[in-house]
Amino acid sequence: MKVLGIETSCDETGVAVYDTEAGLLSHRLHSQIELHAEYGGVVPELASRDHIRRLPLLIRQTLASAALEVGDIDGVAYTAGPGLAGALLVGASVAESFGLAADIPVLPVHHLEGHLLSPLLSADPPAFPFIALLVSGGHTQLMRVAGVGDYTLLGESLDDAAGEAFDKTAKLLGLGYPGGPQLARLAEQGQAGRFRLPRPMLHSHDLDFSFSGLKTAVLNVVSSEAWQPRDAADLAADFQQAVVEVLCAKALAAMKAAGLKTLVVAGGVGANRALRLQLDAATAKRGWRVHYPEPELCTDNGAMIAFAGGLRFAAGERPAQVPAVRVKPRWPLMELRPPQVA
Amino acid sequence: MNVLSLETSCEQASIALLCGQDVRSVSLEGHSNHSERILQSIASLLADAGIRARDLSAVAFGCGPGAFTGLRLACGVAQGIALGAGIGVLPIDSLAALALQGGEGKVLAATDARMEEVYFAGFQVRGSRVSPLFEARCVPAAALELMEGEWLGIGSAFRAYPDVLQGRLGERFRGIDADKVPRAEEVARLAAPRVLGGECVSPEEAALLYVRDKVAYTTAERLARGGKA
Ligand SMILES: Nc1ncnc2c1ncn2[C@@H]1O[C@H](COP(=O)(O)OP(=O)(O)OP(=O)(O)O)[C@@H](O)[C@H]1O
Repeated sequence: MKVLGIETSCDETGVAVYDTEAGLLSHRLHSQIELHAEYGGVVPELASRDHIRRLPLLIRQTLASAALEVGDIDGVAYTAGPGLAGALLVGASVAESFGLAADIPVLPVHHLEGHLLSPLLSADPPAFPFIALLVSGGHTQLMRVAGVGDYTLLGESLDDAAGEAFDKTAKLLGLGYPGGPQLARLAEQGQAGRFRLPRPMLHSHDLDFSFSGLKTAVLNVVSSEAWQPRDAADLAADFQQAVVEVLCAKALAAMKAAGLKTLVVAGGVGANRALRLQLDAATAKRGWRVHYPEPELCTDNGAMIAFAGGLRFAAGERPAQVPAVRVKPRWPLMELRPPQVA
Repeated sequence: MNVLSLETSCEQASIALLCGQDVRSVSLEGHSNHSERILQSIASLLADAGIRARDLSAVAFGCGPGAFTGLRLACGVAQGIALGAGIGVLPIDSLAALALQGGEGKVLAATDARMEEVYFAGFQVRGSRVSPLFEARCVPAAALELMEGEWLGIGSAFRAYPDVLQGRLGERFRGIDADKVPRAEEVARLAAPRVLGGECVSPEEAALLYVRDKVAYTTAERLARGGKA
């Protein structure tokens, strides 16, 4: 079954075709980073305007690059949430009406389920069950993943998400947008160990996180008398190390508690090199394994949506009878259920 | 010729199906429900006419100005149907569709743009033809200027800002109709001759007429106004 996947939840327009037998056939991405850069953050109205301007051509190009016609597509999957309401509506309107006109089924997909399952698209995929560490701009969650739609939340951030902490700290250090990757780059040039930053909740004996205090600690450093801007790289390195240490310790604790030897890392912060190095080392020592999405699938993309939809289609799930353009800007991942067989 | 048309630029949205000379239209009651109801309504409209999406010649849609999210709903649905059915789309000026309801002569179509502003454009209506006299703009209601002539004023702006508009420009109007909104029926009627004339575009070329283009301040602008980065 060939599934067209459409992602428009935030600031990337993504389209892909996933074949439940042959794998990923093609995918295309248009990033809006440049569009929003001069505003210092994503402007929702501009994001929606760009999605609708790009999406139809992106769909055509995605089909063409796999030498497919509309008639070859057997189903559509699109991100129905969570995300920016207006941006989600673009994908939902195009996807649902495409399905209506082509007379094929359309499934709404949860954006984070897409991220969570995206490591399964790699050449050496993890097998269920596993522990997943979801670290993005809006989420920091540890969960047990027993199968598609079978997720148990083990712990999450009580305040800022890890990516949000990176972004806010980058702003404190005067770095441009988007801040997280720039802060990580700066940290590579610095030496950790000079600034004593807290390791929030490291010893809380649960799997929850807290990152807002860390940001405040950085604020205190940069607003003190003794602050020298030339120390920014060292401070960035200390900040990064604090985040990585906590993420790593809690991920390992989750694996240990669940008795699972496989960890899957998903979400934008999963691209962080220091995090990967530390997770790889810590798991290798114990004979455990970490799986990451392919680098090109770490950001928002259509492939993960086509894939998640494809898995649900393949398991027999079919859409509700009545087609509608319906989005869920807030949609807890834990509301998902395994594929509902029609 | 079968043309499906969509108009969701304001609260009273509608869709219509033109088959030959005959137009059937359906209203989508309630603002929050447009997106919930639109596909179901399209499916029944097509089913009642005994046709499928691929039997359509084109999808026309009111491309604005109007509520941004509403415009994108019509545009996105038009694009999706067009891609899925392998047909073209035709964006139609929502204010022209509104003006067509005004009858012969000079018509000023003006809708409430919120924030004390109005979207407006002037048209000459002759039978089923609507020719623009000046193109759509967005200005404060209190700053709307209108050239000499006998105008019919039509649209929600006259309900939202009656005193401002009629007080300043009252003597230019031969009549006011504040209750009309852009409708899919007129979108279809304006589209029909243009579909025949080969003016459809591919879905990726379907552009919206937002008119209001400044929607956020850049970091530099915020700083210049004494704000934070
Ligand atoms: N190398 C990196 N190091 C640290 N953080 C990074 C790195 N690369 C990206 N990020 C962070 O990842 C986040 C973006 O990730 P992603 O696109 O998965 O999340 P999102 O779409 O913003 O949030 P969500 O999916 O939760 O709604 C940003 O906060 C960004 O700063």
